[in-house]
Amino acid sequence: MKIEASLDVEVNGNLLTGADLLIKTLVDADVDTIFGYPGGAVLPIYDALYRNKAETPFEHVLCRHEQGSIHAAEGYARVTGKPGVVIATSGPGATNLITGITDAMMDSLPLVIFTGQVAENVIGTDAFQEADVMGITTPITKYNYQVNDIADLPRTVKEAFHIASTGRPGPVVVDIPKNISANITVDDYDDDFYLPGYQPTLKPNPLQVIKLADALSRAKRPLLLVGAGTKFADASVELKQFAEKYQLPVTTTLLGLGSFPGTNELSLGMAGMHGTYAANMAIYESDLLINIGARFDDRLTGNIEHFAPAAKVAHIDIDPAEIGKVIETHIPVVADAKKALNALLNTQIDQPDHKDWMDKLQENKKEYPLWYERTETPLSPQWLIEQVYNVSKGEAIVTTDVGQHQMWAAQFYTFDKPNNWVTSGGLGTMGFGFPAAVGAQLGRPDDLVISIVGDGGFQMTCQELSVVKQRKLPVKVIIVNNEALGMVRQWQETFYEERYSESLFSENPDFVKLAESYGIRGVRVDREEDVIQTLEDIFAYDGPVVADFRVVRKTSVYPMIAPGKGIHEMVGVKK
Amino acid sequence: MRRIITATVQDRGGVLNRITGMLNKRQFNIESISVGASETEGISKMTFVVEISDRQKLEQLTKQLNKQIDVLKVSDITDKAMVARELALIKVVSTGHTRAEIQGIITPFRASVIDVSKESMTIQVTGRPDKVDALIALLRPYGIKELTKTGVTAFLRGQQPDNITEMNSMIN
Repeated sequence: MKIEASLDVEVNGNLLTGADLLIKTLVDADVDTIFGYPGGAVLPIYDALYRNKAETPFEHVLCRHEQGSIHAAEGYARVTGKPGVVIATSGPGATNLITGITDAMMDSLPLVIFTGQVAENVIGTDAFQEADVMGITTPITKYNYQVNDIADLPRTVKEAFHIASTGRPGPVVVDIPKNISANITVDDYDDDFYLPGYQPTLKPNPLQVIKLADALSRAKRPLLLVGAGTKFADASVELKQFAEKYQLPVTTTLLGLGSFPGTNELSLGMAGMHGTYAANMAIYESDLLINIGARFDDRLTGNIEHFAPAAKVAHIDIDPAEIGKVIETHIPVVADAKKALNALLNTQIDQPDHKDWMDKLQENKKEYPLWYERTETPLSPQWLIEQVYNVSKGEAIVTTDVGQHQMWAAQFYTFDKPNNWVTSGGLGTMGFGFPAAVGAQLGRPDDLVISIVGDGGFQMTCQELSVVKQRKLPVKVIIVNNEALGMVRQWQETFYEERYSESLFSENPDFVKLAESYGIRGVRVDREEDVIQTLEDIFAYDGPVVADFRVVRKTSVYPMIAPGKGIHEMVGVKK
Repeated sequence: MRRIITATVQDRGGVLNRITGMLNKRQFNIESISVGASETEGISKMTFVVEISDRQKLEQLTKQLNKQIDVLKVSDITDKAMVARELALIKVVSTGHTRAEIQGIITPFRASVIDVSKESMTIQVTGRPDKVDALIALLRPYGIKELTKTGVTAFLRGQQPDNITEMNSMIN
């Protein structure tokens, strides 16, 4: 039976439609992977993908939920440094992306997101699957566009990639009404663009560099605080040179882990709410705090009254609005981290005299290492993460959700390379880790990708097991299964007199059977003696695995700065 | 402190929404915003009057505005020599008895009557915000039926003298 549709848009078989033009522009932008999900308003785009398959160098990855698509794109962007590309349909397709877009905005991940929109003649009439995507995404994007003229499409897409991936990266939404993607396009379009209001400052002001150099030469207790800005600037080499040249201790934020080798003697580990004693006390006592590409998030600073009270604060950031936003800054340096570090490396700076300080920090490191209570059955989660680190030789890409397992992964998996750590920092999104691993594996097919997730978060996005199976992605899912929302449980234990309101899971699926139902290998481990062998097996196995590790429920992440407390008021620093 | 901030912006779809959304999200207290065309096609001028608690917050405001991709230039002109004007339309209750009296009140303000009916008259006044407020205060006893203000629009004077504190006293 052939049904003729009377569409409100022209459909033109072989001629160049807006959608074809979009595909061509994506090819020009060197896109190699698209994460997407079809639907009514993007039918012309999916038809163009189908028709142009032979000529397109990119692959379309069908995640099983739009949230999966966008977290996958985030994981891809984080490990490759390239913008993640997402396509979703109008209405619910677009609104399902909102969490991921916000997550990418908070953690400055470059994404270019194409959403379908109802045809222009029905926009504003509450048409089927219409949502005000421009209105909804304005506060959570670096920029957004609706394309209202086919001739603007190529320029808009070029601008979108430029804005997403330069300066401080971030998500850009391009909303494409169905008539724009479906209609025949014109040949004469101009895709040159000029954005006079968007000219990020990359080079540091030389006077500020001299000021910083001068402060460094006089410092008695200098400290580098490093955030993800150094990763986007690809500045890890320069950072290491700079730190080693002046023997500067380095602490990182959660997102900055790996930008400086965690195994380096100068590394104090992560700072903040669950940071190390050595790192937090170094911030508290420092007289010169040099922040490179971090944004003084409240989970880092604790009560800001007690944050680096003795320090002159220097802040290198590509986003001027971050400087002075939270912490009063004495030496602002608006610049790309790599360029700023190069400028510092090329400046004659007298070696600071800070041997006592370094001795003290090393003593703190030795005296107050991260610690945990070891149990055998169920496993202690911290010990489990240590084994994951050992067996993977610290070389894997690790993705996480949010909560206790995330903090333990941050504490006990030591990163020496900058782009192997994929976690949801700013927004703290449950359900992020597993789809992010899908994107990371697609972006870096030859690397071992381990997704460390909790039993709670995994259930939010485990439908992506389908795409793992379909694409034969050898992602290793490590479920740190405590049958609870561990961090919620920990706070309820500590601050709400053990009233465990809705945080203990009495009904979890059988994760092994769940994996097997997707045709994926599943394993369960609850005895310490089986852990190392199992990890060796699954890391060597050439395919995806879901490993359900049963860990003790009543254990907490330490050390901890309680909410409202200062960075020096840690609890649980020692056994 | 009250500050007057101007911004030159590209006239692209959603720019006002993006800016007001940002101000709202970051909890800036806006007294008025006025937007309109500028001397250049495709470029609009915005004037914000904001009540702001401290310097650090003020710096954040200008930085956040500057960060917007459509924003070309942001200036805090509060401490500069400037001209700042707003327009108000005031519909005031008036009968035969009070009409002449009201006329007498508005004359020194160089305001004008732009509509008259049996029970009311509508007055248009343009000027510095303090002048507009003064006239409104004088008219209030007669009964204001309706009032609308455009918000302040402002820019720098052609010449910047050395001492300008007195000139801008009305906004501090």
